[in-house]
Amino acid sequence: MDKLLQVKDLRVSFNTYAGEVKAVRGVNFELDRGETLAFVGESGCGKTVTAKAILRLHQPPFAIIKEGTEIIFDGQDVMKMDKKELQHFRGNECSMIFQDPMTSLNPTMTCGKQIMEGLILHRNMSKQEARKEAIEMLRLVKIPDPEKRVDEYPHQMSGGMRQRVMIAIALACQPQLLIADEPTTALDVTIQAQIMELLREMKEKLHVAIILVTHDLGVVANFADRVQIMYAGQVVERGTASEIFYNSQHPYTWALLSSAPRLATETKQELYALGGTPPDLLLPLECCPFAARCEYCMQICREQMPEETVLSDTHKISCWLQHPEAPKVKSFYERQAKSNG
Amino acid sequence: MLKFILKRLGYMLITIFCIATVTFFLMRSIPGDPLASIAQTLPEQTRANYYAKYGLDQPLFVQYLSYMKNLVRLDFGDSIVHPGRSVSAVIAETSPVSGIVGLPALFIGLVLGVIFGIIAALFKNKWPDYVVMVIAILGITIPVFVLAALLQYFFAVKLHWLPTSGWGEVRHMIIPIIVLSFGTIATYARYIKSSMLDTLGQDYILTARVKGLSETAIIRRHVLRNSILPAVTLLSARIVGIFTGSFVIERMFAIPGIGFYYIDSINNYDYSMTMGLTIFYGALFVISQIVVDIVYVLIDPRIRLGGGSR
Ligand SMILES: Nc1ncnc2c1ncn2[C@@H]1O[C@H](COP(=O)(O)OP(=O)(O)OP(=O)(O)O)[C@@H](O)[C@H]1O
Ligand code: SF4
Ligand SMILES: [Mg+2]
Repeated sequence: MDKLLQVKDLRVSFNTYAGEVKAVRGVNFELDRGETLAFVGESGCGKTVTAKAILRLHQPPFAIIKEGTEIIFDGQDVMKMDKKELQHFRGNECSMIFQDPMTSLNPTMTCGKQIMEGLILHRNMSKQEARKEAIEMLRLVKIPDPEKRVDEYPHQMSGGMRQRVMIAIALACQPQLLIADEPTTALDVTIQAQIMELLREMKEKLHVAIILVTHDLGVVANFADRVQIMYAGQVVERGTASEIFYNSQHPYTWALLSSAPRLATETKQELYALGGTPPDLLLPLECCPFAARCEYCMQICREQMPEETVLSDTHKISCWLQHPEAPKVKSFYERQAKSNG
Repeated sequence: MLKFILKRLGYMLITIFCIATVTFFLMRSIPGDPLASIAQTLPEQTRANYYAKYGLDQPLFVQYLSYMKNLVRLDFGDSIVHPGRSVSAVIAETSPVSGIVGLPALFIGLVLGVIFGIIAALFKNKWPDYVVMVIAILGITIPVFVLAALLQYFFAVKLHWLPTSGWGEVRHMIIPIIVLSFGTIATYARYIKSSMLDTLGQDYILTARVKGLSETAIIRRHVLRNSILPAVTLLSARIVGIFTGSFVIERMFAIPGIGFYYIDSINNYDYSMTMGLTIFYGALFVISQIVVDIVYVLIDPRIRLGGGSR
């Protein structure tokens, strides 16, 4: 009961004309109350699909969460919830914001009404009470002049403002978990920092746990408690933020670290571009998914999937390099120290 | 807003001017003239008098100028073929008859079209969807006169439920209204269906789902308004559809509406009548378009405030 969220063996598939796209292939993770976890990985690695699965937003029969998946939220089995329970769970206990605030708000409904909807539904508020609360929420997310803004339509606001409104909608019913799917990707750089700052503040004020989905390790650095690196629908490395930034052991994480612009400028490294493409998710995977692009790839990597090796309580990694018989390779950090010194 | 309306009214006058000009010269370019059939049998002098009476002996351009001068005073002149009947009187007499058929047809078409479209979207790829789509495809592909003939055959000739044609009682109007509304039903059913499916795939629907709203609440609060709003723009095209449909329908069912006289006037080279009715139709269409635009501005918040920040 102490964990807020436990996800075990999450598998999600899309039934497309070309066949079954296995987008998420056995993902496990846990989240404590008030904790912040980041999903990091290239485009198409399954971050969004994993995040949506927590709220069961995938619509069968096209998108299916596979049998055997376990999602336990605050002691409740999300996979077993019926329609009513699911509606109560969504917005009330767990909420989500999306990448593009330009399209995530209903263009023909005032921002205030869009915030009020959840309050009226979950908190049984009257319209007047909900309106008051909506104004308070707008104030909380630092929208100036909330009494006036509450009656404005989304198109009257800038992208940053709209994302603030999205955050207000998501947090209105004080959920325990907020999933933020690339909340700043569609925004200007200066606005990005403001939105991240706001999320950080919300985390502290409301003690809400956050799952931050991003492909930018730079955003994660001073925001997340823990990080999980995803690749081809799997988690390849996970650890605390410092374990990932200062002691990562997976070649894919290294590639990500050296291709993150902000981190690279800090370490005066040349920006690195990872060649090749991720594996086709239509096909079965029987080897290390990164094998085709990995500069350390060995014979075994092409023959067998690596198991998850435990490096510490929090730090786990799926890579054959951890095998006792594997050759010792010079890690990213050693090479970096050399090139700097 | 006022500026917008004034601008549209300005365009309207230009449009009507163009319609009048084009119609005037087009009509004169058709071989034959209104007096040709009567005039042949008349002695030379009487014939010349006739032509002079209607100004038909003047050079074309002079006739045009004098017509336009009268038009500015809203004077459409008298019918050439039916002496003593002014075009305005014919319009005043016949347009209510066309309205009695056209307006209910438009209304029924809109209501049923929207309802069918919603049903088709909600039951996508199930039998209600297929039924609606078959109706829609038939409604778009079958010409009005074929449909009219079919319905006349079944309901009047075979079943004797309704009269084949005639005017004056409600039962005379039923088949014409059904026929006229069909195109609107078909257009709207298809449009609303695809617009609803489009809306259902929008990001803000996901936002609504994340809030915990039920599917019915999502449809009611977020989908319907956003799908039906853009359909307002189709309205002016449908109004034209009703007009053009009514030419054929009024003939087939012997309904004494404008459409009936319109065809009649063209066949008889009744220049002033054709001109007057064409301008009337043109004006009605342009006005309805302006009204549709204004209504759209009033109901869509995105345009209401002059574009916003995008
Ligand atoms: N609607 C869909 N239909 C078919 N396949 C899909 C669909 N959505 C996702 N996928 C598959 O799932 C994979 C993972 O997609 P996902 O959206 O989770 O990626 P992501 O990690 O969020 O990437 P991004 O950074 O681009 O958002 C994709 O590569 C794609 O193959
Ligand atoms: S298992 Fe092999 S191929 Fe995969 S990341 Fe590790 S070294 Fe590279
Ligand atoms: Mg994504």
